[in-house]
Amino acid sequence: MSSTPRTLLDKIWDSHVVCTPPGELPLLYIDRHLVHEVTSPQAFEGLRLAGRPVRRPEATFATPDHNIPTTDRRLPIADPISKQQIDTLRNNCREFGVRLFDLGDADQGIVHVIGPELGITQPGMTIVCGDSHTATHGALGALAFGIGTSEVEHVLATQTLRQAKPKSLELRVEGSLHPGVTAKDLVLYLIGRLSTEGGTGHVIEYTGPCIRRLGMEERMTVCNMSIEAGARAGMIAPDQITFDYLRGRDYAPRNFDRAVAEWERFPGDPDAVFDRVEIFQGGDVVPQVTWGTNPAQVVGIDATVPDPTAFGDPNERESGSRALDYMGLRGGTKIVDIPLDRVFIGSCTNSRIEDLRAAASVVRGYRVAPTVHAMVVPGSGRVKRQAEQEGLDRVFRDAGFEWREAGCSMCLGMNPDTLTPGQRCASTSNRNFEGRQGKGGRTHLVSPAMAAAAAVTGHFTDIRHWLYR
Amino acid sequence: MQPFINHTGVVASLDRANVDTDQIIPKQFLKRIERTGFGQFLFFDWRFLPDGSPNPAFELNQPIVAGASVLLARRNFGCGSSREHAPWALADYGFKVVIAPTFADIFFNNCFQNGMVPIRLAEEDVEELFRRARAAEAAGGPYRLHVDLPSCTVSDDAGFSRPFTVDPFRKRCLLEGLDDIALSLQHVDAIAAWEAAHAAPAGE
Ligand code: SF4
Repeated sequence: MSSTPRTLLDKIWDSHVVCTPPGELPLLYIDRHLVHEVTSPQAFEGLRLAGRPVRRPEATFATPDHNIPTTDRRLPIADPISKQQIDTLRNNCREFGVRLFDLGDADQGIVHVIGPELGITQPGMTIVCGDSHTATHGALGALAFGIGTSEVEHVLATQTLRQAKPKSLELRVEGSLHPGVTAKDLVLYLIGRLSTEGGTGHVIEYTGPCIRRLGMEERMTVCNMSIEAGARAGMIAPDQITFDYLRGRDYAPRNFDRAVAEWERFPGDPDAVFDRVEIFQGGDVVPQVTWGTNPAQVVGIDATVPDPTAFGDPNERESGSRALDYMGLRGGTKIVDIPLDRVFIGSCTNSRIEDLRAAASVVRGYRVAPTVHAMVVPGSGRVKRQAEQEGLDRVFRDAGFEWREAGCSMCLGMNPDTLTPGQRCASTSNRNFEGRQGKGGRTHLVSPAMAAAAAVTGHFTDIRHWLYR
Repeated sequence: MQPFINHTGVVASLDRANVDTDQIIPKQFLKRIERTGFGQFLFFDWRFLPDGSPNPAFELNQPIVAGASVLLARRNFGCGSSREHAPWALADYGFKVVIAPTFADIFFNNCFQNGMVPIRLAEEDVEELFRRARAAEAAGGPYRLHVDLPSCTVSDDAGFSRPFTVDPFRKRCLLEGLDDIALSLQHVDAIAAWEAAHAAPAGE
């Protein structure tokens, strides 16, 4: 073991390299493999054609989430192609012996919500999934990243991945967030500063007092969107908050204290050196709203839509103008003057119980504006039941929100939950790409509290001045 | 996988930065359970008008780039979702090479798995290629580029020639058309040894 100080990334990486054959990329061991219905059928088919088994079915967990309806689960799935994809996952899991949290399962949910919630995600692990938001799991101090379907097949067959070691980027956030400013605002702000490719080739480790103060679910929101800055992964060193979160979860280690003793070795050494360091102030962040068609096109709630013709960089100028065109916005419009048609509270970024609590506390005692169609889609069956026990579903329903079953839903609109062309939506999800929530749909990314306030007033509203009832 | 050694093809230019995989292959086409047949849906929302007819304004619909197999793009190409359907769609459409100043990581990796070569060139070189493509097209002919993988060069017939870099292992896999799972399984003893040395995570 070398005595050079090492980062969290170094420690996880070093402990998972199986071998580096001469002239080849290292083989990295994968502890946990998460699988969903959209990016796995071709991988299982590849195994079948080659006559290969899944090397470690017990390290592989599957759930359908992207393509499923969020309405009454007792009804058959209307879209035959969606149904086929979900049936295919079911058959593959049965054939290859993989644990499936199926549609009727009480623990089904968005793959990045149920991993941590069930304790499948643990500090120091390598975790992959055929999904870019696998970065979420890094919040627990794991190295977690998205892969393509060929790589899914590679992991199924070998429990390893061919990977060059990414560079490390420390994103240090000093200070603390002001009241009303959330983890979502923080990460949108950071992406706005870094750009959508600022993190390319890097794994981000979020450090600093502002990050340490975040709860586990807030940390997941931050790590989730690392990919939106182009990063391979995002991670936060495990601490007492992590351990407290994991204790007692279904798949958490039975000898928990021994596990904690191991996990305590993972935070980076104090004088470890990152390839790059960027420092921000938590106190600079205000509630954020995206105005364009990538998550870095973002401003504070107190700002106006920018005028892209004034941007210095020609690429930014071009993509900014294209974005405003698509979004049906003009430079100079106040953000708070933008009216909305839809509000979506959900997705692996913001559909956990704390997100729903935050949104419900804004909505309580109010009604959704008559011009707005609003829905809440919990991230998992567990989140849904917990919210119902706390009466949050009543708060949302009484205000005029739809209350749905767990799934990805209108985060990407592969299921029937979509925007129609021209509709404008305040969404707690992570991507505002053209057509993401439905062809021609216009997405503005915000925090759950900001989405809730916008649902009530019918336009963006500064949550810092909200009158809670 | 088909080996890739060298290739000469017509260049199609897509003059936009941050082209995300949601644009390369929109989600409504991710429901298929096959690897093939995605080319018809490539850039669907840009390529076709609401009535299903080709959008005459879209770059790939210009007659002069018919049969293009080299895609020239701007910064951060392939950002967003990890969907390998994006390279599947590009390859199925006929692209063998994508050239851009920068690529998103997952997309970049996914290309190699499908015998497609993603080439990073300096921003000014990409700019120069856009200029040359425009000039060639203005003069009535398509613009062609040659890509030679053994020497890692991209060149045209009018004096443009630049080296590019590819990870040596990825290069070998492309040149030999290797099945990298079979290759990794050659190290199955090392994998088993790793597993034996790392007792299953506590509690299992
Ligand atoms: S909620 Fe959205 S971003 Fe998250 S896994 Fe589902 S589709 Fe992907």
